Amino acid sequence: MPTDDDIFRALADPSRRRLLDRLHVTDGQSLGDLCEGLAMTRQAVAKHLAMLEAANLVVAVRQGREKRHFINRVPINEIAERWIGKFDQPRLSALSALKQHLEGEDND
Amino acid sequence: MTDHAQSSFVYVTYVKTTPDRLWEALIDPDFVAQYWLGNRPEAEWRLGGSWKLLFPDGRVADQGEIVAFEPPKRLGIRWRNEWKPEFNAEGYSICMMELEPAGEGVKLSVTHSIERADSPFIAAVSGGWPKILSNLKSLLETGTVVLPNKP
Repeated sequence: MPTDDDIFRALADPSRRRLLDRLHVTDGQSLGDLCEGLAMTRQAVAKHLAMLEAANLVVAVRQGREKRHFINRVPINEIAERWIGKFDQPRLSALSALKQHLEGEDND
Repeated sequence: MTDHAQSSFVYVTYVKTTPDRLWEALIDPDFVAQYWLGNRPEAEWRLGGSWKLLFPDGRVADQGEIVAFEPPKRLGIRWRNEWKPEFNAEGYSICMMELEPAGEGVKLSVTHSIERADSPFIAAVSGGWPKILSNLKSLLETGTVVLPNKP
Protein backbone atom coordinates (compact mmCIF):
# COMPACT_ATOMS: atom_id res chain seq x y z
CA MET A 1 0.00 0.00 0.00
CA PRO A 2 1.37 3.47 -0.88
CA THR A 3 2.51 5.55 2.08
CA ASP A 4 2.53 9.33 2.68
CA ASP A 5 6.28 9.19 1.98
CA ASP A 6 5.64 7.75 -1.50
CA ILE A 7 3.18 10.56 -2.20
CA PHE A 8 5.46 13.38 -1.02
CA ARG A 9 8.43 11.84 -2.86
CA ALA A 10 6.37 11.62 -6.04
CA LEU A 11 5.23 15.24 -5.68
CA ALA A 12 8.75 16.49 -4.95
CA ASP A 13 9.73 16.40 -8.64
CA PRO A 14 8.75 19.24 -11.01
CA SER A 15 8.41 16.93 -14.05
CA ARG A 16 5.96 14.74 -12.17
CA ARG A 17 3.97 17.74 -10.95
CA ARG A 18 3.85 18.90 -14.57
CA LEU A 19 2.42 15.53 -15.65
CA LEU A 20 -0.24 15.82 -12.94
CA ASP A 21 -1.07 19.34 -14.16
CA ARG A 22 -1.50 18.00 -17.69
CA LEU A 23 -3.79 15.22 -16.48
CA HIS A 24 -5.74 17.77 -14.48
CA VAL A 25 -6.42 19.66 -17.73
CA THR A 26 -7.19 16.53 -19.80
CA ASP A 27 -7.76 13.33 -17.88
CA GLY A 28 -7.35 9.84 -19.33
CA GLN A 29 -4.34 10.54 -21.60
CA SER A 30 -2.11 7.83 -23.06
CA LEU A 31 1.68 7.83 -22.70
CA GLY A 32 1.90 9.19 -26.26
CA ASP A 33 -0.50 12.07 -25.50
CA LEU A 34 1.46 12.96 -22.38
CA CYS A 35 4.81 13.00 -24.22
CA GLU A 36 3.58 15.55 -26.74
CA GLY A 37 5.21 18.95 -26.33
CA LEU A 38 7.38 17.84 -23.42
CA ALA A 39 11.17 18.08 -23.58
CA MET A 40 11.48 14.60 -22.05
CA THR A 41 12.12 11.22 -23.62
CA ARG A 42 9.29 8.71 -23.73
CA GLN A 43 11.29 6.53 -21.31
CA ALA A 44 11.61 9.39 -18.83
CA VAL A 45 7.87 10.14 -18.99
CA ALA A 46 7.10 6.41 -18.52
CA LYS A 47 9.39 6.30 -15.48
CA HIS A 48 7.77 9.36 -13.89
CA LEU A 49 4.31 7.92 -14.56
CA ALA A 50 5.34 4.65 -12.88
CA MET A 51 6.32 6.61 -9.74
CA LEU A 52 3.04 8.52 -9.79
CA GLU A 53 1.20 5.20 -10.13
CA ALA A 54 3.16 3.64 -7.27
CA ALA A 55 2.13 6.60 -5.10
CA ASN A 56 -1.52 6.10 -6.20
CA LEU A 57 -1.60 9.64 -7.62
CA VAL A 58 -2.22 8.28 -11.10
CA VAL A 59 -4.32 5.25 -12.03
CA ALA A 60 -3.64 3.48 -15.34
CA VAL A 61 -6.57 1.78 -17.01
CA ARG A 62 -6.14 -0.50 -20.01
CA GLN A 63 -8.64 0.30 -22.78
CA GLY A 64 -8.15 -1.84 -25.86
CA ARG A 65 -4.52 -1.53 -26.95
CA GLU A 66 -3.93 1.63 -24.97
CA LYS A 67 -3.21 2.42 -21.36
CA ARG A 68 -4.97 5.59 -20.25
CA HIS A 69 -3.84 7.58 -17.24
CA PHE A 70 -6.25 9.15 -14.77
CA ILE A 71 -5.36 11.57 -12.01
CA ASN A 72 -6.48 10.11 -8.66
CA ARG A 73 -7.65 12.88 -6.36
CA VAL A 74 -8.18 10.72 -3.28
CA PRO A 75 -4.60 10.76 -1.89
CA ILE A 76 -4.30 14.49 -2.68
CA ASN A 77 -7.50 15.09 -0.71
CA GLU A 78 -6.15 13.01 2.18
CA ILE A 79 -2.92 15.00 2.25
CA ALA A 80 -4.86 18.25 2.15
CA GLU A 81 -6.94 17.16 5.13
CA ARG A 82 -4.11 15.58 7.07
CA TRP A 83 -1.33 18.09 6.38
CA ILE A 84 -2.94 21.36 5.36
CA GLY A 85 -6.50 21.64 6.72
CA LYS A 86 -5.44 20.93 10.28
CA PHE A 87 -2.87 23.76 10.34
CA ASP A 88 -5.23 26.19 8.64
CA GLN A 89 -8.14 25.58 11.03
CA PRO A 90 -7.00 27.63 14.06
CA ARG A 91 -6.32 30.63 11.83
CA LEU A 92 -9.79 30.41 10.29
CA SER A 93 -11.41 30.09 13.72
CA ALA A 94 -9.45 33.10 14.97
CA LEU A 95 -10.58 35.16 11.97
CA SER A 96 -14.17 34.16 12.47
CA ALA A 97 -13.99 35.07 16.19
CA LEU A 98 -12.50 38.46 15.26
CA LYS A 99 -15.25 39.06 12.70
CA GLN A 100 -17.94 38.22 15.25
CA HIS A 101 -16.34 40.54 17.78
CA LEU A 102 -16.03 43.43 15.29
CA GLU A 103 -19.58 42.94 14.10
CA GLY A 104 -20.71 43.21 17.70
CA GLU A 105 -22.40 39.83 18.08
CA ASP A 106 -20.84 39.43 21.53
CA ASN A 107 -21.67 42.95 22.74
CA ASP A 108 -25.31 42.72 23.66
CA MET B 1 -11.28 12.25 -20.95
CA THR B 2 -13.41 13.08 -23.92
CA ASP B 3 -13.06 10.55 -26.73
CA HIS B 4 -15.61 7.82 -27.50
CA ALA B 5 -18.10 10.52 -26.34
CA GLN B 6 -17.57 9.38 -22.77
CA SER B 7 -16.62 11.14 -19.56
CA SER B 8 -15.15 9.19 -16.71
CA PHE B 9 -13.20 9.49 -13.51
CA VAL B 10 -11.25 6.86 -11.64
CA TYR B 11 -10.60 6.97 -7.90
CA VAL B 12 -8.46 4.53 -5.97
CA THR B 13 -7.89 4.27 -2.27
CA TYR B 14 -6.19 1.64 -0.11
CA VAL B 15 -7.98 0.75 3.11
CA LYS B 16 -6.51 -1.29 5.96
CA THR B 17 -9.39 -3.74 6.35
CA THR B 18 -10.71 -7.00 4.87
CA PRO B 19 -12.73 -7.31 1.62
CA ASP B 20 -15.73 -8.54 3.65
CA ARG B 21 -15.70 -5.54 5.99
CA LEU B 22 -15.26 -3.12 3.11
CA TRP B 23 -18.12 -4.77 1.20
CA GLU B 24 -20.34 -4.43 4.29
CA ALA B 25 -19.33 -0.75 4.48
CA LEU B 26 -20.54 -0.23 0.90
CA ILE B 27 -24.03 -1.66 1.44
CA ASP B 28 -24.96 -1.06 5.10
CA PRO B 29 -27.25 2.04 4.95
CA ASP B 30 -26.36 3.35 8.44
CA PHE B 31 -22.67 2.91 7.77
CA VAL B 32 -22.87 4.52 4.31
CA ALA B 33 -24.67 7.57 5.76
CA GLN B 34 -21.69 8.15 8.06
CA TYR B 35 -19.22 8.65 5.22
CA TRP B 36 -21.48 9.69 2.29
CA LEU B 37 -21.93 13.21 3.70
CA GLY B 38 -25.14 12.21 5.51
CA ASN B 39 -26.86 10.71 2.44
CA ARG B 40 -28.39 7.26 2.81
CA PRO B 41 -28.91 4.44 0.30
CA GLU B 42 -32.19 2.56 0.07
CA ALA B 43 -31.69 -0.49 -2.12
CA GLU B 44 -32.53 -4.08 -2.93
CA TRP B 45 -29.00 -5.42 -2.77
CA ARG B 46 -29.06 -7.90 -5.64
CA LEU B 47 -28.37 -7.85 -9.37
CA GLY B 48 -31.16 -5.85 -11.04
CA GLY B 49 -32.39 -4.50 -7.68
CA SER B 50 -33.49 -0.88 -7.34
CA TRP B 51 -31.17 1.67 -5.74
CA LYS B 52 -31.78 5.16 -4.36
CA LEU B 53 -29.69 7.68 -2.47
CA LEU B 54 -31.65 9.90 -0.08
CA PHE B 55 -30.62 13.30 1.26
CA PRO B 56 -30.66 13.62 5.08
CA ASP B 57 -34.11 15.28 4.76
CA GLY B 58 -35.48 12.27 2.83
CA ARG B 59 -35.57 13.79 -0.68
CA VAL B 60 -34.25 11.53 -3.46
CA ALA B 61 -30.77 12.64 -4.59
CA ASP B 62 -30.10 9.92 -7.18
CA GLN B 63 -31.81 6.75 -8.29
CA GLY B 64 -31.21 3.76 -10.49
CA GLU B 65 -30.44 0.05 -10.31
CA ILE B 66 -27.74 -2.45 -9.36
CA VAL B 67 -25.91 -3.66 -12.47
CA ALA B 68 -23.14 -5.71 -10.81
CA PHE B 69 -23.37 -7.53 -7.48
CA GLU B 70 -20.48 -9.88 -6.72
CA PRO B 71 -19.66 -9.84 -2.98
CA PRO B 72 -16.98 -8.99 -1.94
CA LYS B 73 -15.49 -8.01 -5.30
CA ARG B 74 -17.67 -5.86 -7.51
CA LEU B 75 -20.61 -3.54 -7.00
CA GLY B 76 -22.00 -1.62 -9.96
CA ILE B 77 -24.76 0.96 -9.85
CA ARG B 78 -26.40 2.65 -12.83
CA TRP B 79 -27.89 5.90 -11.62
CA ARG B 80 -29.26 9.26 -12.60
CA ASN B 81 -29.27 12.52 -10.71
CA GLU B 82 -32.77 13.45 -9.51
CA TRP B 83 -32.40 16.86 -7.91
CA LYS B 84 -30.79 19.07 -10.54
CA PRO B 85 -32.62 19.32 -13.91
CA GLU B 86 -29.41 19.89 -15.95
CA PHE B 87 -27.77 16.78 -14.45
CA ASN B 88 -30.98 14.75 -14.69
CA ALA B 89 -31.12 15.57 -18.42
CA GLU B 90 -27.74 13.92 -18.94
CA GLY B 91 -29.30 10.54 -18.16
CA TYR B 92 -27.75 7.52 -16.49
CA SER B 93 -24.17 7.16 -15.31
CA ILE B 94 -22.42 3.94 -14.33
CA CYS B 95 -20.51 3.71 -11.08
CA MET B 96 -18.39 0.59 -10.66
CA MET B 97 -16.72 -0.19 -7.33
CA GLU B 98 -14.06 -2.90 -7.36
CA LEU B 99 -12.33 -4.46 -4.35
CA GLU B 100 -9.01 -6.29 -4.54
CA PRO B 101 -6.87 -7.57 -1.66
CA ALA B 102 -3.61 -5.55 -1.53
CA GLY B 103 -0.98 -6.38 1.08
CA GLU B 104 -2.48 -5.84 4.54
CA GLY B 105 -5.52 -4.09 3.11
CA VAL B 106 -7.89 -3.73 0.21
CA LYS B 107 -7.58 -1.65 -2.94
CA LEU B 108 -10.90 0.05 -3.68
CA SER B 109 -11.31 1.43 -7.23
CA VAL B 110 -14.30 3.53 -8.17
CA THR B 111 -14.91 4.28 -11.85
CA HIS B 112 -17.74 6.66 -12.61
CA SER B 113 -18.64 7.28 -16.24
CA ILE B 114 -21.36 8.54 -18.53
CA GLU B 115 -21.79 8.11 -22.29
CA ARG B 116 -21.35 11.78 -23.04
CA ALA B 117 -18.35 14.00 -23.70
CA ASP B 118 -17.39 16.71 -21.18
CA SER B 119 -20.21 15.86 -18.81
CA PRO B 120 -20.93 18.61 -16.22
CA PHE B 121 -22.53 15.90 -14.03
CA ILE B 122 -19.35 13.80 -13.93
CA ALA B 123 -17.30 16.97 -13.33
CA ALA B 124 -19.56 17.82 -10.37
CA VAL B 125 -19.45 14.38 -8.75
CA SER B 126 -15.70 14.26 -9.21
CA GLY B 127 -15.47 16.90 -6.48
CA GLY B 128 -17.47 14.77 -4.05
CA TRP B 129 -15.88 11.35 -4.51
CA PRO B 130 -12.46 12.11 -2.96
CA LYS B 131 -14.15 13.38 0.22
CA ILE B 132 -16.50 10.38 0.41
CA LEU B 133 -13.65 7.90 -0.11
CA SER B 134 -11.36 9.67 2.37
CA ASN B 135 -14.19 9.51 4.91
CA LEU B 136 -14.78 5.81 4.21
CA LYS B 137 -11.08 5.02 4.63
CA SER B 138 -10.82 7.04 7.81
CA LEU B 139 -14.02 5.53 9.27
CA LEU B 140 -12.84 1.95 8.68
CA GLU B 141 -9.31 2.60 9.89
CA THR B 142 -9.89 4.93 12.84
CA GLY B 143 -13.62 4.88 13.58
CA THR B 144 -14.16 8.56 12.76
CA VAL B 145 -14.71 10.61 9.59
CA VAL B 146 -12.83 13.70 8.50
CA LEU B 147 -15.79 15.60 7.06
CA PRO B 148 -19.09 14.60 8.66
CA ASN B 149 -21.33 16.96 6.64
CA LYS B 150 -21.49 18.63 3.28
CA PRO B 151 -18.51 20.97 2.80
